[in-house]
Amino acid sequence: MRVLCLVMALFLLLAAPLRAQDRFETLAAGLSGGFGAQVETVERLGALGDARALPLLQALGEGRLQKRADGTLLLEQDGTVVEAVAGTPAAPGETVRINNRVRAALRGALGRLQLVAPQEGARLQAADGLFRSRSADNIPLLEQALAREAAPLVRARMELALAASRLVAADEAARRQGIEILSGSGSAEARSLLLEARAANPALAAPIDAAIAAIDARLQIRQAAETVFQGLSLGSILLLAALGLAITFGVMGIINMAHGEMVMLGAYTTVMVQEGFRGVPWLAPWSLPVSVPAAFLVTAAVGVALERGLIRHLYGRPLETLLMTFGVGMILQQAVRLLFGAQNREVVSPAWMQGTLALPGDITVTQNRLWIILFALVVLGLAVAAIRFTRFGLEMRAVVQNRRIAATMGIRTGRVDAMTFAFGSGIAGMAGVALSQVDNVSPNLGTGYIIDSFMVVVFGGVGSLAGTMIGAFTLGIVNKLLEPWAGAVLAKIAVLVGIMLFIQRRPKGLFALKGRAAEQ
Amino acid sequence: MSATTAETPRLRPTRALILRGLLLAGLLILALLPLLNRLPPDHALHASDFIVSVSGKWMCYAMLALAIDLAWGYAGILSLGHGAFFALGGYAIGMHLMRLIGPRGVYGHPVLPDFMVFLGWTELPWYWWGFQFFPFALLMALAVPGLLAGLLGWLAFRSRITGVYLSIITQAMTYALMLAFFRNDMGFGGNNGFTDFKELLGMKLNTAGARAALFYAALLSLSGAVLLCRHLTRSKLGRVLVAVRDAESRVRFLGYSTVSVKLSVFVLSAMLAGLGGALYVPLVGIINPGEFSPGNSIEAVIWVAVGGRGTLVGALLGAFSVNAVKTWLTSFAPDLWLFALGGLFVAVTLFLPRGLIGLMRKGEER
Repeated sequence: MRVLCLVMALFLLLAAPLRAQDRFETLAAGLSGGFGAQVETVERLGALGDARALPLLQALGEGRLQKRADGTLLLEQDGTVVEAVAGTPAAPGETVRINNRVRAALRGALGRLQLVAPQEGARLQAADGLFRSRSADNIPLLEQALAREAAPLVRARMELALAASRLVAADEAARRQGIEILSGSGSAEARSLLLEARAANPALAAPIDAAIAAIDARLQIRQAAETVFQGLSLGSILLLAALGLAITFGVMGIINMAHGEMVMLGAYTTVMVQEGFRGVPWLAPWSLPVSVPAAFLVTAAVGVALERGLIRHLYGRPLETLLMTFGVGMILQQAVRLLFGAQNREVVSPAWMQGTLALPGDITVTQNRLWIILFALVVLGLAVAAIRFTRFGLEMRAVVQNRRIAATMGIRTGRVDAMTFAFGSGIAGMAGVALSQVDNVSPNLGTGYIIDSFMVVVFGGVGSLAGTMIGAFTLGIVNKLLEPWAGAVLAKIAVLVGIMLFIQRRPKGLFALKGRAAEQ
Repeated sequence: MSATTAETPRLRPTRALILRGLLLAGLLILALLPLLNRLPPDHALHASDFIVSVSGKWMCYAMLALAIDLAWGYAGILSLGHGAFFALGGYAIGMHLMRLIGPRGVYGHPVLPDFMVFLGWTELPWYWWGFQFFPFALLMALAVPGLLAGLLGWLAFRSRITGVYLSIITQAMTYALMLAFFRNDMGFGGNNGFTDFKELLGMKLNTAGARAALFYAALLSLSGAVLLCRHLTRSKLGRVLVAVRDAESRVRFLGYSTVSVKLSVFVLSAMLAGLGGALYVPLVGIINPGEFSPGNSIEAVIWVAVGGRGTLVGALLGAFSVNAVKTWLTSFAPDLWLFALGGLFVAVTLFLPRGLIGLMRKGEER
């Protein structure tokens, strides 16, 4: 049977546009006949599996198929009429009418024909439809379609549908085959199908149980992979939010409680850039990439003003700095609230960030989360490079290690302080751009992140960017691992408590600075 | 700790006398308020209901300020989570008030509060047992904050977590508690918290008599707290506290157990805050998880900073004056209040490190 099908398909594909056209044409002519003839024709066209029948049948269903007095079929499309088979323009004719019996036949035929439709999406949908409405009658149809199918994704779905149909076949060997194929898939749908089949086939209980176990194992792996991805996603957000803090707090030792507001300002810069670009069509898709440097500059400028204007006067008094910057954060928040309103602002994701990406093993990830993970890593890389390899980074490290010696070497420590603080603030602004994609942009956007950020920095080890990264990803993944059985809020609380206990054992965090710098 | 906060406040006798006089006058005015409220409304000295209820609230805030001052001003422990102790005390009394509603709730259940009936619960959770007795609830209002502070403090002080780290941990604590209390299945009314209280100790809560009684209870507690703190800070323990604040390791080397000194004052401070909360809830008639928000705690810290930390009068002064400005400003320009509060944070830390009391002392030393 299969061989025959293959041969037939090959035949159809290679040699026979002519012959197929013949059959298709002769068959299609039947559509202009009476209702009985129409039903027969529709069924035959469906069984023929020629994709050209698809527009014809669709037109019939939608009342767009017309016929001339001589029986020639005409197709009306968007107000113009063409000859259905030849495709040449023609004068309009009489609409072909159908009744409910024809409609029922059409539904079945269309479902089968979709399997060979030229659009991949349509074929995918058809395969999924057959998977759900499984019946032994579909087996030859699916086998036929599979033989022609080239797209791997569609093939996989068709195989699943075929296996599902085989499960309800009369032949036991076919059912066994179906079970085997289903056990190789990792979908919850296949699992429920198998459960159903198990009740119907007591004789096949053993292979079905084995298949279910195999599916469960795959499902678990997939779930674990998705949890890890979610954790990485949360971790990347934490990393972005905490990275700036790791520089201002970790390196400079400034407690900046307005850090969350810097993130918020970055998000609002994104909103502003987007609004500005809205009128210019060719610029609009670039609003997000442009927002990144814009947010950096805006928040860095605010950072310089804050450091030079206020924080500088409180060096050496961390508790006062904490209170003062909290006040600054309040003022910034209220200012933004008055300027932009308290309601959430919407930031549109560009097309290349939307949608999901399917990874092998049925794992799907949302694109924007993936971009944010990448973005976080790039920003981290840039920050590390700036500190390691640039003149500014060198001066910064020198000032942190020994301010007075650095000053005697001719480094303008005040300027370095301002630059470092601006750098940390700017990174917070860039974090805001990323957060605008996943969170509501509102004036209190930052307050939700400030405590988490401090926890990440303290957990990872103050003064260590690598520690911040590992801390952020660890916390993100632990949070997501706990979530399924503790709920989002309890997971968060558990993480907070866990960090408090962790600090007991390692007060300096995961990656403690050693040596003289740690003593200060 | 830095050296700028180094000295114990020592006022010159005359100024100390003025301050003490002001304090007493303030207490006297407060004591007279409910009586003035009874005067006919057109009388020149009539105190409106609003004034009475607001000053009752402020007295509870003042207890919170006192508690923060004790920990921060004297022992150098800047807690950004004292609002949590305040709220826990409030929740303890709130639970008692909820139990007293009894069958008068909307659903008319004899034991369960409305929100539990609403959630479909059939039994009172174990942690609600005993709250029908006022002494137990009052004990819990002190014990729960005290125990929490004890646990947190023991963990933190033992591993010598000080300064900013401690502040952030306490902030995380109140944040975590806020998240927890927002959950419905915690059994504390979730988002809405507790409200619609009916009576306390046999008094109907919305009568003038009950309001006056609660007012005097707050006044008495506040005065008691001031006396207790005054006694404490002038005792030997108080001096050790200040020494710990200014040079902890030196005190340790002298043979004091700084952990137990700090721990005891932190616990006491938390209990004071809890008492403040316990008085606050019957006065305002509502408690919800918003009280745990980190912003509340840090706002309370700024009261102390404005008044002048390290002086008991300063804490009271700060709590009353900042809240007075807040009430006044939010009544006609609510948008401005957050600017004013933020500006207060900046101005006080930059220009008034010792608060309003520091202004009075200007030119006295150095």
